[in-house]
Amino acid sequence: MSATTRLSAARLNRLFLAGELSATEIVDAFLSRIGQVEPQVRAFITVTAAEARERAQRLDSRRKADGRDLGPLAGVPVAVKDNIVTQGIPTTCGSRILEGFVPPYDATVISRLQGAGAILIGKTNMDEFAMGSSTENSGFFPTRNPWDLERVPGGSSGGSAAAVAADECAVALGSDTGGSIRQPAAFCGVVGLKPTYGAVSRFGLVAFASSLDQIGPIAHDVADAALLFSVIAGHDRRDSTSAPNADRVAQFQPGPDTSLAGVRVGVPREFFAAGLDDGVRRAVEAAIQHLGSLGAEVREVSLPHVEYALDAYYVIAPAEASSNLARYDGVRYGYRSPGAESLLDMYLRTRRDGFGPEVKRRIMIGTYALSAGYYDAYYKKAQQVRTLVVRDFQQAFAEVDVLATPTTPTPAFRIGEKTDDPLAMYLADVYTIPVNLAGLPALSLPCGRVDGLPVGLQLIGRHFEEPLLFRVAHAFEKTTTHGQARPPLDG
Amino acid sequence: MHTAAQELEFETVVGLEVHVELGTRSKIFCGCSTAPGAEPNTQTCPVCLGYPGVLPVLNEQALAYAIRAALALNCEIARFSKFDRKQYFYPDLPKGYQISQYDQPLAHSGWVEIEVGGETRRIGIVRVHLEEDAGKLLHAGGVVDSGASYVDFNRCGVPLIEIVSAPDIRSPEEARAYLEKLRAIMIYTGVSEARLEMGQMRADVNISVRPVGSTAFGTRTELKNLSSFRAVMRGIEYEARRQWEVIRAGGEVVQETRHFDEERGITLSLRGKEEAHDYRYFPEPDLPPVVLTDEQIEKIRAGLPELPDARKARYVTEYGLSAYDAGLIVRDKAVADFFEESVRQYAKGPAGAKTLANWVINELQRILADRGLELGQTPLTPAHLVGMLKLIDEGTISGKIGKEVFEAMVETGQEAAAIVKERGLVQVTDEAELAAIARQVIEANPKVVEDWRKGKAAAAQFLVGQVMKATRGRANPQLAGRLVRAALAEVTGVTNE
Ligand SMILES: [Zn+2]
Repeated sequence: MSATTRLSAARLNRLFLAGELSATEIVDAFLSRIGQVEPQVRAFITVTAAEARERAQRLDSRRKADGRDLGPLAGVPVAVKDNIVTQGIPTTCGSRILEGFVPPYDATVISRLQGAGAILIGKTNMDEFAMGSSTENSGFFPTRNPWDLERVPGGSSGGSAAAVAADECAVALGSDTGGSIRQPAAFCGVVGLKPTYGAVSRFGLVAFASSLDQIGPIAHDVADAALLFSVIAGHDRRDSTSAPNADRVAQFQPGPDTSLAGVRVGVPREFFAAGLDDGVRRAVEAAIQHLGSLGAEVREVSLPHVEYALDAYYVIAPAEASSNLARYDGVRYGYRSPGAESLLDMYLRTRRDGFGPEVKRRIMIGTYALSAGYYDAYYKKAQQVRTLVVRDFQQAFAEVDVLATPTTPTPAFRIGEKTDDPLAMYLADVYTIPVNLAGLPALSLPCGRVDGLPVGLQLIGRHFEEPLLFRVAHAFEKTTTHGQARPPLDG
Repeated sequence: MHTAAQELEFETVVGLEVHVELGTRSKIFCGCSTAPGAEPNTQTCPVCLGYPGVLPVLNEQALAYAIRAALALNCEIARFSKFDRKQYFYPDLPKGYQISQYDQPLAHSGWVEIEVGGETRRIGIVRVHLEEDAGKLLHAGGVVDSGASYVDFNRCGVPLIEIVSAPDIRSPEEARAYLEKLRAIMIYTGVSEARLEMGQMRADVNISVRPVGSTAFGTRTELKNLSSFRAVMRGIEYEARRQWEVIRAGGEVVQETRHFDEERGITLSLRGKEEAHDYRYFPEPDLPPVVLTDEQIEKIRAGLPELPDARKARYVTEYGLSAYDAGLIVRDKAVADFFEESVRQYAKGPAGAKTLANWVINELQRILADRGLELGQTPLTPAHLVGMLKLIDEGTISGKIGKEVFEAMVETGQEAAAIVKERGLVQVTDEAELAAIARQVIEANPKVVEDWRKGKAAAAQFLVGQVMKATRGRANPQLAGRLVRAALAEVTGVTNE
């Protein structure tokens, strides 16, 4: 394997700007890596080889011409989850119903990536409409975990996490509605950040559950995650939920300092209860101890309502999804079932054939939860629970600066292991979901391994305190070796 | 047939839900143009087409217009309101839901005053809320046997306000007066041109009947999407009568949505309560709530123009017009503006204003109504009218000729003086010429002259009329009268006064 694909994004950028590596060389190295491992991993729905080469050539000429303002990601190959729209490049959302859809516009994060000189290398596989925790719900094919090809990479950003872990791209974008960046990052042994709700524009992110969705970075190390985040974060007037102060969260400069003196780390006891794999528990407890050894003050806290978060989430997210997915009706774009005999028939056939089983399940749950007569019992009650979860976090953050938890209750499970048991699958996000309900930022980073499979440590912060998460994670990363491990892919 | 006495036993109860298109340049959640008359699907973008990933951004001008309209309807403006999704499948609704306001509307608790049959009544406004319009389906061939349907999304996302009245309306005439008042307020505040023929104002009508004296409401039916005042009145008339027939026959009115067939003048069942949509409303997560400060609201209130009721009152006190006449003028803002500018140019105070009011009501509004025109569609300016009045005042033309000149001005946009000159309409004041005509008329009407001789003073009027006719109206009427009487006295030796 080429050494180039093992370099960090920051390093690739420096080498490109210094003229030591051309963008074309970089792109070729990654495309060849994709050619080598993609048949096993299957992280991509679309590899944009031609576009990437063309862009690399343009970057190379620009660098030779004047070399100025090429951007902090210039020359860096980025993979993007296929629910983020890309002008002129098919965007499928992992669903048959978007068959043939080529967006005439870019998501804001894509424009920002381009402004920073990044090179889009492909669109990654995902659970259909981001619904799932294993990337097995993709409408096309499952992606495999580079650490163990018999296991899932996590979901729904499984394609992005696997692509980074397998060195098929330097960094990637995922989206996180209930854990869909952090859970696959943990399973694949990479760093993933779910930003504060409103920190990154959702314009161009195909909506799953609008009040929970957030785009975020997946990277090999904390510095790269911070770099990618600094490019995509910021206010966007095309997204009314974009925070006016989003620009100020973007800055984090990794320094040599690894002291965590003065940082209060809370350990919520509810995250270490039944259901937590012993190996994961040991790895996470050791990681928390390590934070203490770096000078952080560690104390136990309680989030009494998080045990209801999963239930609330599985009402709110499907409710919003049932609404957001109503637009796929076969009228304007994407798939339309042939042979319909009436308008209703066209709707029914198109949605029957276009959506997979998990999407249909959630549409039905959401439709039911919003129906007259059930709204109060389900949707409204779930929103009340959400408020309680938000308050739990507020109270905890009155005492501590950051919370440390496992990212997932278990390491990556086997392909097919939970496909027949949706409820078991839903539990894979039990530690990440409360964060989305509260709109908080959270980061997952590798903190050990169980039976050769990566384990993730989740750090949760106050709104817009991503810089603190980066600082704590960076200190941990610099003083341990967990993040340096690479999957035994090409043996 | 029913007798009037039987009809008196029942009372019609009507509430109106009126949609008004706001006159913003761009749509409510995207930058697309709202200009009417464009080719289908030329004013669309990924946002209003509901493409994947796009998000709505509220048009601040639409919000400001909605607040302005609600203030003009005497509403309370909510300091906190929010948007909701109203969900249903239809090809003209690209997102599968309409963004509207549901349980926390922008404004509530307002009222307007209407006048019907000399009686003033206050009609309550329950709420005013903002929402987006849907697109339009075009069927190739008939609706039923059409082989294909096409969708025009140009209207998708056009900003609307929905104005919901209390069930305070009691007759078709009141419904019409209410709609006319709403329309006038929208035009006065400049938030909408409220052109009915262009669908910029449309009404859903809730109708029930009950025995006079009862305070409980009967079961209501709803007529959807009526787009003319006439259709509203006829729909209410028919539907109230239908409900009453049902009750009189011992039946029960079914709560349902009905369609008013304008051609046949009847209502037909569209869908029953049991088939009613479950819209599954929930808060729109892509739009933050609308939070308004007192300052923002007061600033918009301070910018409100004089509204029709205030203007009417001012015409009564300032110009001494009757309330009825003032009401006729203010009904149409363009006409009222024309009237005021004419008063200013004519500069003859309240007396001049009354003269102008007569011309505006009796001539201008009649001509506009006859020709189905708006004032703005004619070349007529206040200067035209004032120029013509000056010719009358100077005695250059008679008032009667004035009417002819006025009509010509409306048609051609020429100045009064030019029309008078071109058509030779200058008043004949030459005594000798008129005296000669008077004598000819007397000779030609011996029977009338005989009446005069017998003491019938009115006979002179007829002869004056003949003089006017002979001069095509150009004779000075006073002079003609004097000369006819003098000639009669001369011929008959009889003087009648
Ligand atoms: Zn648009």
